[in-house]
Amino acid sequence: MYDNFTGTESYIASPELQEAVNVALALQRPLLIKGEPGTGKTLLARAVAEQLKRPMHTWHVKSTSKAIEGLYVYDAVQRLQDSRFGDRDVRDIRNYIRFGALGRAFLADEPSVVLIDEVDKADLEFPNDLLHELDQMSFTVTETGDVHTAKIRPLVIITSNNEKELPDAFLRRCIFHFIAFPEPMLMARIVKVHHPKVRGVLLDEALARFYWLRSLPELRKRPSTSELVDWLGALVRGGLDEATLAERIPFLGTLLKKEQDLEAVARRGRGWTKH
Amino acid sequence: MSTGEPLFLDFFFLLRRIGVPASTREWLMFVEALERGLVAASLDRFYAIARATLVKHERYYDLFDQAFSHYFLGTRPPAELTRAIEAWLEDPLPLPTLSPEELAALEHLDLDALMKRFEDTLREQDERHDGGSKWIGTGGRSPFGHSGVHPTGMRVGGESRSRSAVQVAAQRRFVDYRDDLVLDTRQVGIALRKLRRLGRVEEATELDLEGTIEATARNCGDIEVALRPPRENQLKVLLLMDVGGSMDPFALTVSRLFSAAHAAQHFREFHAYYFHNCVYERVYDNARFSSGKDTLELLRWLGPDTRLVVVGDAHMAPWELTARGGAIDYHHQNDEPGVVWLQRLRRHFKQSVWLNPMPQRFWTHPTIALVGQQFPMFELTLAGLEQAITSLRQSA
Repeated sequence: MYDNFTGTESYIASPELQEAVNVALALQRPLLIKGEPGTGKTLLARAVAEQLKRPMHTWHVKSTSKAIEGLYVYDAVQRLQDSRFGDRDVRDIRNYIRFGALGRAFLADEPSVVLIDEVDKADLEFPNDLLHELDQMSFTVTETGDVHTAKIRPLVIITSNNEKELPDAFLRRCIFHFIAFPEPMLMARIVKVHHPKVRGVLLDEALARFYWLRSLPELRKRPSTSELVDWLGALVRGGLDEATLAERIPFLGTLLKKEQDLEAVARRGRGWTKH
Repeated sequence: MSTGEPLFLDFFFLLRRIGVPASTREWLMFVEALERGLVAASLDRFYAIARATLVKHERYYDLFDQAFSHYFLGTRPPAELTRAIEAWLEDPLPLPTLSPEELAALEHLDLDALMKRFEDTLREQDERHDGGSKWIGTGGRSPFGHSGVHPTGMRVGGESRSRSAVQVAAQRRFVDYRDDLVLDTRQVGIALRKLRRLGRVEEATELDLEGTIEATARNCGDIEVALRPPRENQLKVLLLMDVGGSMDPFALTVSRLFSAAHAAQHFREFHAYYFHNCVYERVYDNARFSSGKDTLELLRWLGPDTRLVVVGDAHMAPWELTARGGAIDYHHQNDEPGVVWLQRLRRHFKQSVWLNPMPQRFWTHPTIALVGQQFPMFELTLAGLEQAITSLRQSA
């Protein structure tokens, strides 16, 4: 019997996303997740780890990240320093190899979840440098010649914001899922997880405004799920009701983060009443 | 599911035929999922699992959906016919050269008659067609299709090469390139990387391992840490882009270059501005020319060590280059001829190149030749780009 991911109480996953996770688990392939910011790409890994009761290793990729850092780092400076004071056995280079998120997951005795977050932030060649390690789930420490092969293959979840195209060779080895922006129905369920007490009428009205804003072509940055959740929180705390929403959109700054966008909406006036 | 049988192989080929780039490796991955019984007997699961293993970009989701519904539900994708026609048109043949007499000999049609005949022809036609004078295709003398010559022709996709199309059946909108384009920018991105010029100028914050070892050895084993400034790219790039009407056919190529340059995070500074046909007093922030910057201010602001890359076809009326007030926009009265502005740019920046999307064989056109005297000119192809970069790197 395979592990089975169905989403958690706080993380609602579409059936397609569930299947993608489960295929990745069964075939032991990396899972590449793409989608607009704020669609819960990073949270997915946490939800999978939580439901499958697996430990999670996270690797936040930066523009300067090197592929090898996810496997291990050789701390030459510490070794040099210790050679001076003789605190540790400097003759054994293994004392100075520190393993990264992937390295730790390969070495562990139990199955885990590895999150490689925002893989597109790094250099163009970064994903290619990891091809062999992800395929074989094995790597060599050059300094010692030790070969480490995963005892139990972890589930590797990779997220991308689409800042750069990923190389084809890399894509071919992954299971892929694009998290589409949630439909209003699914969105209502997601929002209810965060604000269980919000009244249905207010939620409907708020969602209508939210999707209207998202439909405006002139916006530079469209509001995302996390901004909707914050905005609803503000509405509830401010004690506002649907009658206010009919008049104006309060706390607009919670939804729109760019000055030009706020101006653009102001120019539209009460355009949503047409819908 | 039984094992070993190449199930649904025709579905795989259907995907490939309509343009989803699924590979054998991915197909095998999908078959493995089938064999493990992951799909069970559920069509929903088949859909989700096939898509997750075979489709690696959301831009193909729509094609996948069409193929899926065609294969399992027997629906004929409504866009199939037009899509196929678009595919024939995508790769146009060169323009036929016609004498004025030949042009006159081609019949003139009014718009209604043209629309009717277009629809009739579309119904009759069932294969790709290039050349010739009746069917919808490229490089011909039929009133339909594109890259062809017909006095009152109708354009179907493609670009305006001869500018006599009365109506544009499928128009490619020319707006800012920045937002959505990620298509095939990778090759360009890799070429641009060669522009990197690494130099150390910043503060010494990075450990110099070799230097440390040497200094420590010299210090009789007492640690002497050596630091060095981190290597950072020193390159500043100014990109000026022509978005004039004659550039329409090259929109896709130019936008690829632009998004690649923009995504390349390794320039210390990257600035991009637009112009229409020729650079004059002002350059613009966007392709709609609604806001911009004075060219002279730009020159004061960007030092001569900035690399200038101009993208344009340099294809214009001669007076736009040589005459005062010759700018193409009616309301724009330039005090100095365009060529003076080009010379000013050329003199200010130590290294500059002009990338021309027109193939080199057309560079005998008078204005292209004149611009080519001011700037080293290269074709806007991958090969041309690499030559341009070599030129920009010289005396770096």
